[in-house]
Amino acid sequence: MDPMSGPNTSYDPVAVAALEPAALEAAVAAAQAAFDGAGTLDALKAARLAHLDKGAVALARREIGALPPTAKAEAGKRVGDAMAAVRTAYEARETALQAEAAERILVQERVDVTMPVARRAVGARHPLELTQERLMDIFVGQGWEVAEGPEVESEWMNFDALNLGKDHPARQMQDTFFVDPPDGGLVLRTQTSPIQIRTMLTRTPPIYVVAPGKVFRTDDLDATHTPVFHQIELLAVDKGLTMAHLRGSIDHFVRAMFGDVRTRVRASYFPFTEPSMETDFECFVCLGGDPLVRSDCRTCGGSGWIELGGSGMVNRKVLTACGIDPDVYTGFAFGFGIERALQLRNGVSDMRDIVEGDVRFSAQFGMAV
Amino acid sequence: MLVPLSWLGELVDLAPGTRGVDVAASFVSVGLEEEELHGADITGPLVIGRVLTIEEAVQKNGKTIRYCTVDVGDHGQRVTDGIPQEIVCGATNFEVGDLVVVVLPGATLPGGFQIAARKTYGRVSNGMICAEDELGIGEDHSGIIVLERYLGPERAAQLNPGDDAIAVLGLGEEVVEINVTPDRGYCFSMRGLAREYWHSQGSPEGGYRDPARVGEVPRDSTEGYAVHLVDSAPIDGVQGCDRYVARIVRGVDPTASSPEWMKTRLTQMGMRPISLAVDITNYVMLAVGQPLHAFDLDTLSGAIGVRRAREGETLTTLDGVTRQLSVEDLLITDGGQKPLAIAGVMGGADSEVTDTTTNILIEAAHFDPITIARSSRRHRLVTEASKRFERGVDPRVAAAAAQLAVDLLVEHGGGTADDAATDVDVTRPRTAYELDPMLPARLVGVDYSRERVIEILRHLGCEVVDAGGETITVTPPSWRPDLVDGPDYAEEVARVDGYERIPSVLPTPTAGRGLTHSQQVRRLVASALVGRGATEVLTYPFVSATFADTLGMAPDDVRRHAVRLANPLSDEAPLMRTSVLDTLVDALRRNVSRGQRDLVLFEVGSVTRPEPGSSHTAPVPGTETRPAPEVIAAIDAAVPAQPRHLAVALCGEIERSGWWGKGRAAEWSDAIELVLVVAASVSVPVSTEAAELAPWHPGRCARLTLPDGATLGYAGELHPAVCARLGLPARTCAAEIDLDALTAACAEPVKQADYSTRPVALTDVALTVDEAVTAGELEAVLRSAAGQHLESLALFDVYRGDQVADGQKSLAFRLAFRAPDRTLTTDEVSRYRDAAVAAAATAYGAVQR
Repeated sequence: MDPMSGPNTSYDPVAVAALEPAALEAAVAAAQAAFDGAGTLDALKAARLAHLDKGAVALARREIGALPPTAKAEAGKRVGDAMAAVRTAYEARETALQAEAAERILVQERVDVTMPVARRAVGARHPLELTQERLMDIFVGQGWEVAEGPEVESEWMNFDALNLGKDHPARQMQDTFFVDPPDGGLVLRTQTSPIQIRTMLTRTPPIYVVAPGKVFRTDDLDATHTPVFHQIELLAVDKGLTMAHLRGSIDHFVRAMFGDVRTRVRASYFPFTEPSMETDFECFVCLGGDPLVRSDCRTCGGSGWIELGGSGMVNRKVLTACGIDPDVYTGFAFGFGIERALQLRNGVSDMRDIVEGDVRFSAQFGMAV
Repeated sequence: MLVPLSWLGELVDLAPGTRGVDVAASFVSVGLEEEELHGADITGPLVIGRVLTIEEAVQKNGKTIRYCTVDVGDHGQRVTDGIPQEIVCGATNFEVGDLVVVVLPGATLPGGFQIAARKTYGRVSNGMICAEDELGIGEDHSGIIVLERYLGPERAAQLNPGDDAIAVLGLGEEVVEINVTPDRGYCFSMRGLAREYWHSQGSPEGGYRDPARVGEVPRDSTEGYAVHLVDSAPIDGVQGCDRYVARIVRGVDPTASSPEWMKTRLTQMGMRPISLAVDITNYVMLAVGQPLHAFDLDTLSGAIGVRRAREGETLTTLDGVTRQLSVEDLLITDGGQKPLAIAGVMGGADSEVTDTTTNILIEAAHFDPITIARSSRRHRLVTEASKRFERGVDPRVAAAAAQLAVDLLVEHGGGTADDAATDVDVTRPRTAYELDPMLPARLVGVDYSRERVIEILRHLGCEVVDAGGETITVTPPSWRPDLVDGPDYAEEVARVDGYERIPSVLPTPTAGRGLTHSQQVRRLVASALVGRGATEVLTYPFVSATFADTLGMAPDDVRRHAVRLANPLSDEAPLMRTSVLDTLVDALRRNVSRGQRDLVLFEVGSVTRPEPGSSHTAPVPGTETRPAPEVIAAIDAAVPAQPRHLAVALCGEIERSGWWGKGRAAEWSDAIELVLVVAASVSVPVSTEAAELAPWHPGRCARLTLPDGATLGYAGELHPAVCARLGLPARTCAAEIDLDALTAACAEPVKQADYSTRPVALTDVALTVDEAVTAGELEAVLRSAAGQHLESLALFDVYRGDQVADGQKSLAFRLAFRAPDRTLTTDEVSRYRDAAVAAAATAYGAVQR
């Protein structure tokens, strides 16, 4: 047969079963079903091989070459669409299964977050030290400086220079720890006031210092007394200072520590100050409250006022003993017990808690008072 | 000092309806602190009762309880039945027939204590038999009040069951208790307190009536009883006695009793009526502040002689105690010889007035406060008299006080006063003070005018002469020895004008430089330790005399030199600590005993390090001027060094066991690490070397040194024997460093060193060395030879075993190299490493594995 006279199969439409629309639709549907039926990524991988990589649509695509040119375009489009549909179906399923797997891992990794975690101890500062720092900061923030001094102190600094003469009751053995031998002129300081003396001996006015520290009295330890306790003291020496400045400083201190409460002042007596002053501040717990409720207030005992501490204008004799001319300079001093501040602000009722070193006491405070 | 409102009302004008709280508030307004209010809070029925029967039974709790019946007159609840009041009582100090004070149901006692019939110890108690403290008239709670003893038999004999006890005991009216500061001796009298009350009311004209008629009584008579004042040894140049008034009343009826009003007043003032003569001396003292003494004239044989005691003299005082006298004691003597009394403190037993005394010598004297204060303290005798003399008695009031006593003795004892009166008076008039009238304003900050200042001073009793110049001439009143200097007057002006007028003004300090470096370091170090789980505690710095032995210190250990207290709180702890660890271990032990197991404690505090062999005697110069520089230097030299230390103590697990797995016990290295953390927190590099020092384990103690080679401190595990002696958990670890040294080491600002961003080259070496070679030594030599590009070096493994010979160990280090400007080549890194290894081989025979 003359090849030129036979039918031109390359140009004539030839029916290829695999490329029939119905066959392709069936293949796409089968692939979709297979993918949907794959419950795991591994099963999906197998289905991919069967329906995408080497599936009916892929095989059908190979048949396109057998079609006459006129039919190729149409069949190619049909196969391409089918291929895209299978791929889309696969990808959708893959995404879904991946999400499921990721979800499953998160579920599997669930832990009990309420289990207690305490591999290392949590540390804590002693609240008394924190209170002391807080008190210092109030005044440092205003431009005052901090002064300190020795705890084993000379009698002269602790008593004489503060106008506590040798017949003053405080100098008796009942109150003061004396260093052996008792006539050696050394004591454990009974107050932070010797720091005032040391400051005035070493600095020239204007002086604005706040002096915290440990002090000692021969009291036995009980709920309200301790032989070792802490004070903080203000000393200002400048030209033109008056009791009004003293009161202003105390008011500032009270507001910073206890909030917006009023103070009241009255005359008092201390050998190292003249005039002397005693300050009370309004109870910050029951303040402004019903007087009947107030009568039960444990902080102020129902009086509505809390005794703060002694203060006054530095006695001329004290200035003189330190070589400061009392006709040129005036000064004021104010002292306060740090234990008392801690007791008032933080409701510490028993002094023994402060001194015994039980970690459970400090631990309650962390680094805050 | 107690102030009954009725008495106060005799001396000042009390507005109608004035209550105790008002009086207290008025006193507070002039600076006299209110102590307490008495009396106002009792409402009856409070009656006199007579004990009829007592049935005593010991209870299950061991207490003896008395079931009593008491005749309370017409007040008995069951009086209609003729059954006496049944009362259960816990006290046993009374007998059948005694007169007692009974509070009945419906009454209220001080403190709001409401009385009702209630069942106690199995029976109904219809009220209560009262003790002193329950009525607010004393502190005594050792037994109930037996009126025969409390008021005296005579007065008790006048009472009948059912009488109102409120009136008898003077409880019906309010009494204000005032706390008197030591500078205001004159306020230990109604005379002084009434004056203060008057000031609180604005010192109205004619509103104050002085109970002492100073100047209206005989003075300077030499005809009376002979009195000689001698003082061979005045204290600080002040005569022990500068005024002595002696008055005599003869023929006093020894059985006469004090008038009711006086007894009531004494009771209200917290004193017991005793006898007419004693009551009168007490009453006058309370009224005008002058302590009096009454001698039985018939026991005296010679003149009254006032002198200092002689060595070896003794006196049996009124309280029955025989006292060894000191040459500083001032005595009242009979004829200059036989001691009669310790002046101003307490009389002798031999010359006191008794129930047969008819002729009485009244002493009203003025004594030196210092002399009396010393005698009072020396003999541990604080009496009503000593309390007043010590704080200053008005030297001008003596004669008036004596006259008051004489008048009362005559009126109520039927005696006759001698016309002659002795008044030896060598007191000196007060000197005037030139006061700048603007000083109060300058010191107080309130604009007091010149007129206001003068007005207040005159109200206070000062004589003021104002010639219109820059100063005014002020002579203080005789009862105010405390008014000496300008500020004293300034305080008085402020006080009488009202402290409440002082405004509140913030001063403007010169700009400060904030916390000192030392204070900042302390905060940083504490925070760093807390970040590592440590808890801060505070301990007392007192240690026992054997602390050094307990801690196993060598005989020549410098820490054995401790400051000793002359009067320690406890003989168990007479020394001041020389290390913070000395006392921190106590806190550790206390926590362990309270059930804590895993602990990391720290304390920052002073230690006292006296110079061995130094005397530590500080001069005590005068205060009239600033001491000379060499005197201040001598004081400073005597004060022992007190560096600040930091101590840490650890026990139990530092990493805790739990559901996460097994923990890790704290060990020597943790103690060292905490010090390194502390040092790193202030950027100070610290190196370690082996050391042996008590109280540490000799093989597990590191000395920590600062870059300059100085010792910072020690850390490691405590010696097992020390743990045993102190009762600490086994393997307790600890560290102690000199915080002042650390502070000094970080005084300069931290300087930044460059670091490279080039890739790092890591190389490991394992070196076999003798056991004796320490990791620190090996590390040091590796570092020094590895060249400038060595960035870090870390020991990551220590091996002993088959692979190395006996007595040897293998230490594996990881070296990290990095150049600032380029990537290092492998050859370079090998070269550096080899150089380091070669140096280790040379220095310690190290062999690379």
